Amino acid sequence: MAQPLLRAVDICKSFSGVQALKHVSLEIQPGEIHCLAGENGCGKSTLIKVISGVYQQDSGYIEFAGKRFGKITPRDAIASGIQVIYQDFSIFPNLTVMENLAFNTELADGHKFVNRKRMRKIAEEAIAKINFDVELDRLVGTLSVAEKQMVAISRALMFNARLIIMDEPTTALTRKEVQALFKIIMHLKEQGIAILFVSHKLNEVFEISERFTIFRSGELVVTGNTSDLDDRKFTYYMTGREFEDKLFTPQNLSKEPVLEARGLGLTGFFDDVSFALRKGEILGVTGLLDSGRTELALSLFGIRPADRGALYKDGKEVRLKSPQDAIDARIGFVPEDRLSEGLFLPRSIADNVVISEIDRLANGAGVLDRAKRRAEIDRWVKELAIATPDPGNACLTLSGGNQQRIVLAKWLACNPDVLVLNGPTVGVDIGSKHDIHAILQRLANEGMAIIIISDDLPEVLENCSRLLVLKAGRVVKELLPAETSEQEVLSYML
Amino acid sequence: MQRFFKKLSRRSEPYIFLVLLALCVLIEIRSGQFFTPNNIVDKLSALVVPGIFAVGAFMVIVSGGIDVSFPALASLSAFATTKLLLDAGYTGGIWLPILLSLVFGAILGAFNGLFIGYFGLPAMIVTLGSSSVFKGFMQGTLESKQLAVIPEGMANFGRSALFVATNPESGLTSRMPTSFIVFVVVLAAAWFILNRTMFGRGIYAIGGNEVSAHRAGFGVRKTKFFMYVFVGMIASLAGLMRTCMMTQMHPTNMLGMEMNIIAGVVLGGTAISGGAGTLTGCMLGTLLIVVVENSMILLGIPTVWKDVFVGALIIIGTGVSALQVARANRVAARKNAKEVG
Amino acid sequence: MGIGAKFGAIYRRDRHISRLILMMIVWAAFMAITRFDKFYTLINFQTMASQFPEFGLMSLGIMVCMITGGIDLSTVGVANLVSICMATLMKGMANEESEIAAYVIPLCFLIAILMGALAGAFNGLLVSKVRIPPILATLGTSELFTGIGIVITDGKAVSKLPRMYSSAINSKIFGLIPTQLVFFAAMALVTWFLLMRTTYGTKIYMIGTSSKAAVFSGIRTDLLLVKTYMLSGICSALGGMVMLANYNSARADYGTVYTLQCVLIVVLGGVNPNGGSGRISGVVLAICLLQMLQTGINRFPQISSYYISLIWGAVLILVMVLNYFTEHNIRLFKARRS
Repeated sequence: MAQPLLRAVDICKSFSGVQALKHVSLEIQPGEIHCLAGENGCGKSTLIKVISGVYQQDSGYIEFAGKRFGKITPRDAIASGIQVIYQDFSIFPNLTVMENLAFNTELADGHKFVNRKRMRKIAEEAIAKINFDVELDRLVGTLSVAEKQMVAISRALMFNARLIIMDEPTTALTRKEVQALFKIIMHLKEQGIAILFVSHKLNEVFEISERFTIFRSGELVVTGNTSDLDDRKFTYYMTGREFEDKLFTPQNLSKEPVLEARGLGLTGFFDDVSFALRKGEILGVTGLLDSGRTELALSLFGIRPADRGALYKDGKEVRLKSPQDAIDARIGFVPEDRLSEGLFLPRSIADNVVISEIDRLANGAGVLDRAKRRAEIDRWVKELAIATPDPGNACLTLSGGNQQRIVLAKWLACNPDVLVLNGPTVGVDIGSKHDIHAILQRLANEGMAIIIISDDLPEVLENCSRLLVLKAGRVVKELLPAETSEQEVLSYML
Repeated sequence: MQRFFKKLSRRSEPYIFLVLLALCVLIEIRSGQFFTPNNIVDKLSALVVPGIFAVGAFMVIVSGGIDVSFPALASLSAFATTKLLLDAGYTGGIWLPILLSLVFGAILGAFNGLFIGYFGLPAMIVTLGSSSVFKGFMQGTLESKQLAVIPEGMANFGRSALFVATNPESGLTSRMPTSFIVFVVVLAAAWFILNRTMFGRGIYAIGGNEVSAHRAGFGVRKTKFFMYVFVGMIASLAGLMRTCMMTQMHPTNMLGMEMNIIAGVVLGGTAISGGAGTLTGCMLGTLLIVVVENSMILLGIPTVWKDVFVGALIIIGTGVSALQVARANRVAARKNAKEVG
Repeated sequence: MGIGAKFGAIYRRDRHISRLILMMIVWAAFMAITRFDKFYTLINFQTMASQFPEFGLMSLGIMVCMITGGIDLSTVGVANLVSICMATLMKGMANEESEIAAYVIPLCFLIAILMGALAGAFNGLLVSKVRIPPILATLGTSELFTGIGIVITDGKAVSKLPRMYSSAINSKIFGLIPTQLVFFAAMALVTWFLLMRTTYGTKIYMIGTSSKAAVFSGIRTDLLLVKTYMLSGICSALGGMVMLANYNSARADYGTVYTLQCVLIVVLGGVNPNGGSGRISGVVLAICLLQMLQTGINRFPQISSYYISLIWGAVLILVMVLNYFTEHNIRLFKARRS
């Protein structure tokens, strides 16, 4: 085997006593696409920061291109050709593409004055490397997510990068954009640039990487060729647990639909969406990022009111103009972005659990009944097995899975007839994901009507009793998960 | 050409300019006195002090901060300069006062910069505190009182005129103060720094995204620190100009100006959250407020209505731009959806 | 566990409030040592208690706005406008001997509260519906309200009020408690109750933490913001009524220093300027601390009273720096546990 490009050997790193990395090693060959996977908090981002010099390891060493570094500094890392593309791309939305591309070089060269001609030249060279076509004078804030990512990638390439680390690069991309990104990654590979691709999405790992490494709780679990990996093994390596996939079969279907949509539409996003949802049923809605699925979810909760068609709750027409209308119609909603939309992170678990049902814990004048509040909190913490010593603690202190349970608890506490979940397990560990699925199935069997909106195909196939496929804002197919396959669903989505 | 106009229409400066122009035409129609040489000179002369202040306030807002301490800083620095030179019996020209006030301004600005830049404390709180400290230091420690006499050199500078404009009809004259040059110099220097130096681009970059700025290699703390030093110097210069132009030192009559200056900067299209805005817009916004404040008589409106008009202007101006932003976001979301869909 | 450790635990429970208490104790002790007989008199305390409600009431209003992540810079404007209108009204209702009927005073308070609520609702609409950043919206209305006050009074003071008003407010209940203090205490209690015991309180803390998550939780953010600014307006209006009594006149530019001073008090009281956290106990402590410092310094004739401003600013920055250090400790501490 050739000389590896990067060798991180026996790295340990601890933060005030807690070991984030325990004797982990990582090897990357030149021109290799390597995937680093692991659940939240497994230490993968710590390792990235050690490699890029943001953190200094406690023991172990790093060898890059045959040169051994005891402790690598950010400057060393950049000079040797290590570039990191962070999830937020580290861009300036208020400045032009040109400036975004040229700043790093200009600062690294120690220029004190702005030379627009020179900057334009730098920028032109940068975008030429990946054949990225963009107007250099546009403000970056007006670009699409994929274009912003291209800006970040072009910028990273300017420093004669030999290793590019991408931290969850596909999170906000449409499928088309992901394909475009993968093409660029392959193009970079041909130029001999190695890519360390951080992801926890199974299909991506399979699709793009040649080799993979999986971490769990700061330890290296396995490293090997992607061809030797399959679903079951991947899940096992990630979590250390085996899961049994339990297909959902509805048990207590009501006769009458509890929620019915007829020709629902929102100009520019989706149109003519009809479905009838019965109690005890889990309806899946899937589609690409741009299929209008998110907007449909928001419409069902009154955040982006539909402008056409009608919605019937228990046979009566309801108009959802605001989330309050939806709550009044007993519709609950678990949003896509847990951190910014679902939770009040610095506030206590208790406040987060009761906030949506709070009016029912008070008398007519709005004075809180503290005993009632306390009882509700205890009930939900117990019911959903939220792991916390004290519900007075801030939500920040919890793991992703527990946070998602709080969002669930918040809505279950409102006792809804219909629960709409948009991407219920995005960013949740595989372990918690299975637990959440189990909870949803149980709720349905207890008579709740549930809509899961998600592009995680295994998730919808396993948990839904019916599946609607959205494409360009229209329902193109209704499928029964028991009788279909991922390939078939995909063929309708694309 | 069409593209040029399209680009122009996306910026806020043309709108402010049109509003300003409309106001001027309105005043002209009501009074027939607006577009006279002496009136224009009067307005420009009234712009000097708020204009210099606005440049400093603008830089801070672009960096994502806010400064409410500049009037106190300017008062303290101008008072200290004047008092020191008076006590020393200084009789020379304007250069020493300018130099001295720049030094004081830099020191006081460094005080803000230390806490905001190096400790990372919220700019609003620090400048509230420092404003209080500066005022207390001036009135308590320096025992400031009104100084009816200021050093000869300063008074002469304040009285000196670049030229005198005469209204051909009424015969009224107005002097264009020499201090206008100082304003132009400050404006030019700020423009150069903000647009032609990496330090200035750093201010924009920090206002856009502080974490990214750090990763890109900008010295965020250092940039903030020196920016506050620079802003301190600018404010201090404004204080000195005001003292010269009034030919007396009134330690407290600048206090309370901060809000109208900030309002002018924001009216000019500077985003209060930082990162976006141009000096052109900032000056147009400031000029708009200056014109409204100083044109009541020409409009035949009693001057007691001044605050009502300025208040309404701020509310309507910021309200319109807030609604515009909301609409633009909606349109953009829809457009993006169409493009991909 | 010794007494020391116990105090340590109490201190750490809320460092910010503990520091404020500590500062107050130190200052009280200092005054006791240096100027005992001039500071520790009933009259002195009564005077203090009649002075601070002016800005104390306004600070309460700014506090609730800041908890939602906003700010209200129009408090002084509202206070002056209200006091001008009420002064004019009282003069209008007085007979030739400048006497008013007893019912006029409660009537004036009622109108004042309504005016305050109305002004606050205007602020609230600008912030929630038009979506102007609160700092700018209230800056504009501050100017507007002050301007209206100037127009009404022609920039002059409204004086020669019916004597009854000032003497009523300046009277002492049971010959002991100044009426102004009662207003403040009542308003503070109402605010405390609203914040800690009602759904409204919980909701505005949540809005301040994340207005986006609040929308997704089904909170009517617009309505709550309007209510909050109305509450602030009412606080300001009451502050204006107290000012009217204390100065026995009204003018559009009274108390202009109060705007920034109140913001300072609220921040020093531990309210996060970005919203979402802050306790009324902290703000009340900060109000009392300011008044004690001010009155205390006045007991030293050789020291210029202007030093108050200096000390005040220095205390604010000092507290922020101290918080900065403890926050960093907390961050280290958390990293250790996770």
